Amino acid sequence: MLKIYQGPLPVSELLSEWYGAHYNENYGAMVNFVGTIREEGGIDALSFDIYLPVLERWFDGWKAKLESKGALLMMAHSEGDVPVHTSSFACAIFSPKRRVALEMLDAFVEDFKANAPIWKYDVRGGERIYAADRSTPMRGSGLLAE
Amino acid sequence: MVKVEFLGPIGKAPVEIDARTLADVAKVLKEDPEIAKWLEQSAVAVNDTMVNSLDFPLKDGDRVSLLPPVCGG
Repeated sequence: MLKIYQGPLPVSELLSEWYGAHYNENYGAMVNFVGTIREEGGIDALSFDIYLPVLERWFDGWKAKLESKGALLMMAHSEGDVPVHTSSFACAIFSPKRRVALEMLDAFVEDFKANAPIWKYDVRGGERIYAADRSTPMRGSGLLAE
Repeated sequence: MVKVEFLGPIGKAPVEIDARTLADVAKVLKEDPEIAKWLEQSAVAVNDTMVNSLDFPLKDGDRVSLLPPVCGG
């Protein structure tokens, strides 16, 4: 399940909803990750653009990969401004035994950082500045420069 | 004609290009200095599927998207 929210995520609600929906389905492990905006570099917030059609395809690929291991994947992300000390990204994996969930969460979040079509901006004094120095070219970048 | 859209921070309005392959699209985009500087670091999707070959055939009405460097989370 992939959910997009305008502004900060309702983290407690999400985790409770995910846990509540699957705790009694004989999964032995639920592992989750929540990304929270830190106060640094004088920012008031981070802001995000998302290209949903490609994000959905990327997410569906991971969902299928996890299903083949008997695991479930869920994710939520924010679009627009997310103030410091609130959260923009949450995901959870349920698996029959802990090892799959722990290992796949790490791999999923790393690939998310590198290949999910989401763009980050610093918000400082009302200005929205692309976080170019923290961004990663997606797999296959540079094709049109050849 | 294919429609080329520029996502995220590129911040440019879509353009229509007469192109039969992505190589044709590349040739046109390289002529615009504002776009050319993004090409080295951008990935490409056609009709929302990521593509890795310049020979990828295009047809009338296709949508080509340029995806610059990402940073979710």
